[in-house]
This record gives sequence, structure tokens and C-alpha cells, in this order.
Amino acid sequence: MSEQSVILFPTSAHVMRAEKLLKEAGLSSRLIPVPRHLSSDCGICLVVPTCESAGACALLEEKRVDYDTVAEIPAQ
Amino acid sequence: MIYLDNAATSWPKAPGVAEAITRFLTDVGANPGRSGHRLSIEAARMVSTVRELTAGLFGSPDPLRVVFTLNVTHAINVALQGVLRPGDHVVTSSVEHNSMIRPLNALREAGISFTAVACASDGSLDPADIEASITPATAMIALTHASNVLGTLLPAERIGALARERGLLFLLDAASTAGCVPIDIVADNIDLLAFTGHKALLGPTGTGGLVIGERVNPARIRPVFQGGTGSRSATESQPPFLPDLLECGTLNTTGLAGLGAAFAWINATGIHHIQNTCRTHTRLLLERLQAIPGVSVYGPRDASLQTATVSFNIQGMSPSRAGQLLDERFGILCRVGLHCAPRAHTTIGTFPHGTIRFSPGVFSAQDEIAIAADAVECLNREARCE
Repeated sequence: MSEQSVILFPTSAHVMRAEKLLKEAGLSSRLIPVPRHLSSDCGICLVVPTCESAGACALLEEKRVDYDTVAEIPAQ
Repeated sequence: MIYLDNAATSWPKAPGVAEAITRFLTDVGANPGRSGHRLSIEAARMVSTVRELTAGLFGSPDPLRVVFTLNVTHAINVALQGVLRPGDHVVTSSVEHNSMIRPLNALREAGISFTAVACASDGSLDPADIEASITPATAMIALTHASNVLGTLLPAERIGALARERGLLFLLDAASTAGCVPIDIVADNIDLLAFTGHKALLGPTGTGGLVIGERVNPARIRPVFQGGTGSRSATESQPPFLPDLLECGTLNTTGLAGLGAAFAWINATGIHHIQNTCRTHTRLLLERLQAIPGVSVYGPRDASLQTATVSFNIQGMSPSRAGQLLDERFGILCRVGLHCAPRAHTTIGTFPHGTIRFSPGVFSAQDEIAIAADAVECLNREARCE
């Protein structure tokens, strides 16, 4: 099982809002360019530890920040 | 030189604004939301911070419902053209700026009508008159928060409550008040708040926005502009989500960097402190101008009922002549004429010549106001001797 997951968002404004909310909640995340095999969109997405992705998504849903996809990626 | 034209655009800007602009241009400069490299991320983070600050200042629970525009006029057009549909009716006031009246007039061609409720001669507005103008077709109440000519504050809280009670959208033009009067879109029942960054928010020109309340469904907003957003790039239609739905083309990141610094200063200083400072200036200005025989002062003439904008005329001297003499002889910079609000002048009986408008700002000094009043006294004496 991969150790990292990416969360893809509709737009960079959502990514930035999500990054701030996760940080405030003490959840770790970092920004990377959107992997091409996951989306043709330009821009960035969030990488979170897979073990924290469910918690991160729950927080985003609670805060009403829409996200598109969650996918595991190989450890980088 | 004494700058009393803050109602047109504030000057000087808040401490840190120029430095933030320089820093962004020098150290970042990249396009937010388009690329994935570090400078693009840095730019996106800066825009996001300003979005959060904007939401915080206006009580919006959702920063993603803050849409940046170039100014308040742009924001009002996005709101009116985006939300209204043929057959809709809008209630507005007789002291609106052309930024409201011109788009409303243009929308007549699209089958959208409006009623401009008459304000009193001091610019004040009775909510009962607004209520009386509501028809079954009314979809929106669209008002300025304060007259840009008279400074008169309109009763936004009461109108917001009325709009909510009647199931209407409430659009507030906060051009004259954002930054110097507390605004809370939830408590005041504001559905669409249009603001500009370059007046009392003390930021650069080319910044502003629309804060969209929870009752406005983005799916019902038709964007005025379409174009690149950095999102949903594979599709050839505008993304349906905020802020991208209404925010396409590269943002004025340089300006937003400056606006962010202005927000930081305003938050550190406090809106109430800024409001009190402006009231102190207004009180002195009103007291001095009203004491000059031959000078007519318009508006509420009460610092607690208006912004730091005072309109007046000198008997026997046209506003344009007075403005010229104030600049050339006394170094006092103000605005004269109609101030892009012809209906406001019709309301107070000063159309078509207009008024002389002094608008001190938070950085004005009391002695500057006293010197400006001395200059008006001098011109008044001369006008009476001619």
C-alpha cells in the first residue's frame, strides 16, 4: 500500500483554502503539481499521508471545501 | 499640499502597501493557479491569504465566495448582470452612483426594470419607502451603503432585514464604507457585497470584489466574462464553481499583494478606531464649514450619520472655480462637480453644477482640516466682495 495520497480540487483557490484548514487542524500536507495521469488540469494538488486522507477529507467536507478525487500515489 | 479627496481614492495608502507591491513584483511575480512551480504556488498563496482576509473583514464564513474584480463598478455589473433575469424588478435609491444606475438603465433593454426611491434632501432613506416600492416582480434591493456625494449612511441593516423578510436579494455597494464602517454580511443580511480596494480599504487601484452570500446559488449566476481560469482546462465552457465562475483571466496579483497589506493594517488598527478618527475629522469639518455665512453644507451634517464626506457650496462661486482656486492658491486637493452621481444632486437641488466635496481620510490631520476651512472662509469672503 502506498504511503501517500493526493487530493485533487476543482481549482487552486480550493487547494489553498484546504491547505490552510488542514494546517490549522494539525494535519500535514504539501503542494505538488497535479500528476498528469490523474488529471489534465493545470495547477496544483495536495499530498497527504494516506493514513490521514480520510480525516483530511472529512474536515474538508465539514468546511464545505469541494474536492474532486483522492488517489494513492507512489511514495516520493 | 492637503489631500481631501479620499472619497475618490484614498491617499496615502496604508503603511506596507507599496512595500508589499514591490516585494511581489520583485520576488514572486508569477501567475497564480496556472502552473505548479514554487513561484506560482507562492502567488496563489498570497491571493488565498487576501481572500481569507476579505472574508474575515466582511464576516463571510466562506472565503471561496469572495470573487476579486478590478473595482466596485466591475463587481456591481457582475452581480446585476449575473443574477437578474428578464421580468425582474429592482428597488434602488435616488443617491446612487452611476456605477449602479448605468448598469440598471442598460438592463432595461433586457426587460429588467427598476425603481429609484427618492431620498430626503439630506440623502437619508426611509426603509418604509423601499418597502412601498416592492412589487410582485421585485427580485432585488440594490443600494449604496453611503452616498458618495453627501456621505449619508443608508440603513443597510434595516434594508437587509426587510429584504430577507420579503425573500429578496440584497446587493450593497460598499464603495464608500468598506474599511471605515463595520460590515457583516451575515448579521446585515447582505447577499451580494460589492467593494473596492482603493478607497477606505487603503489599497491600490485595480482591486475590489464581490462577496457572495450563502443564499445566492452559483448555479443561478450567469458570468459576464468567460475565459481561462487554470481549472477544468479540458472543457471549453466556464467552470460552474466559485470563485472561478466569475474570476477569469489573470488576476491583478500586484494590486492584491498591496490590498493584503492594507487589510493587515486595517485589522491591526481596527475598523472602529478608523471610524472614530474619520468621525472626529468630519465633526470638525462640519463645525467649521457651517459657521461660515454664505456656505451651504449638504447632507445629514452629523458625523454619526455619515462618512467623512462633506459636500458644500460657496454662494456666488461655482464649484469648479472653487476647486481650481483651492488647488492653485491653497494646495487643497478635493473634488468638485457631480461626482458621477447626477441623481444625488437632483435629490439635493445642486444639479447640474454640483458641489465642492471635501473627504478627509484616516491619515488626515486636524490642522489640515482647519487650514482647509480657513481657505473656504477666504474664498467665501472674496465671493461676497465680488
